[in-house]
Amino acid sequence: MAALEQRFTLHVPSSTQNLAMIRDFVGNVGVQAGLADDDVAKLELAVDEACTNVIEHAHGGDRTKDVVVRAEFDEKSLRIEVVDTGHGFDPATLPEEPLPEMVAHRRSGGLGLRMMKTLMDEVSYEIVPGDRNRLRLVKRLSR
Amino acid sequence: MPHPFVVHPSSEGDLTVLGLEGYLDAHTAPEFERAVQEQVDAGRVRLIVDGAELKYISSAGLGVFMSFIEEVRERGGDIKICGLAPKVRQVFDILGFHAIYDMLDTRDAAVRRFAEAPTRQV
Repeated sequence: MAALEQRFTLHVPSSTQNLAMIRDFVGNVGVQAGLADDDVAKLELAVDEACTNVIEHAHGGDRTKDVVVRAEFDEKSLRIEVVDTGHGFDPATLPEEPLPEMVAHRRSGGLGLRMMKTLMDEVSYEIVPGDRNRLRLVKRLSR
Repeated sequence: MPHPFVVHPSSEGDLTVLGLEGYLDAHTAPEFERAVQEQVDAGRVRLIVDGAELKYISSAGLGVFMSFIEEVRERGGDIKICGLAPKVRQVFDILGFHAIYDMLDTRDAAVRRFAEAPTRQV
């Protein structure tokens, strides 16, 4: 029997106030996908980091914009897309500075991306100028 | 509703303890930042951050630790972190915080570390 693909979408105003709701949403999807508790926590953190970047950088604190989180999974993987209509910015272009040097230079930018790359199996970014930006996170499921 | 976050300041001799409770994310990080800034402005730069009641932290919370550490050490103090639950400690470890910060199991151990090494040299 073919495995059924399940899809879920959350639209919320672009505000850090909604990060808790976003974490609860992806956490619930993670549980439904069969992730272990530890992996659910990693998923929540990775998506929190992605949405924080959108809210604070792409949308620059503009609460009239929406953050869209799409989640889908089948028997092989859980895929999350975070979509925004803000300033296109590819986080992969940020330099990977060692932590001691970041501290010495009093910088803390780029930590979120570092976190996402560690927590998820794949992280990719797509910018469609004048339309939208889409960050894609993938967690492979082992059954 | 946002997940709750509270900072509980207290003293341990000449050390200041900031007890963190709840969820530290980009929404609540400004509250933590204000609490640390208040201590630094008052000249209290020997800080223990006790995370025993911390349920969650994202990089926004870790960024607060990073933004104060240089100034605090330049002024002869330090930020020592203690009491983290394994799930929360894992997040600090992902970014390699143990290379920069003294991280202790208990508040007592953090107090003792201040006696041994008031300012950690990185």
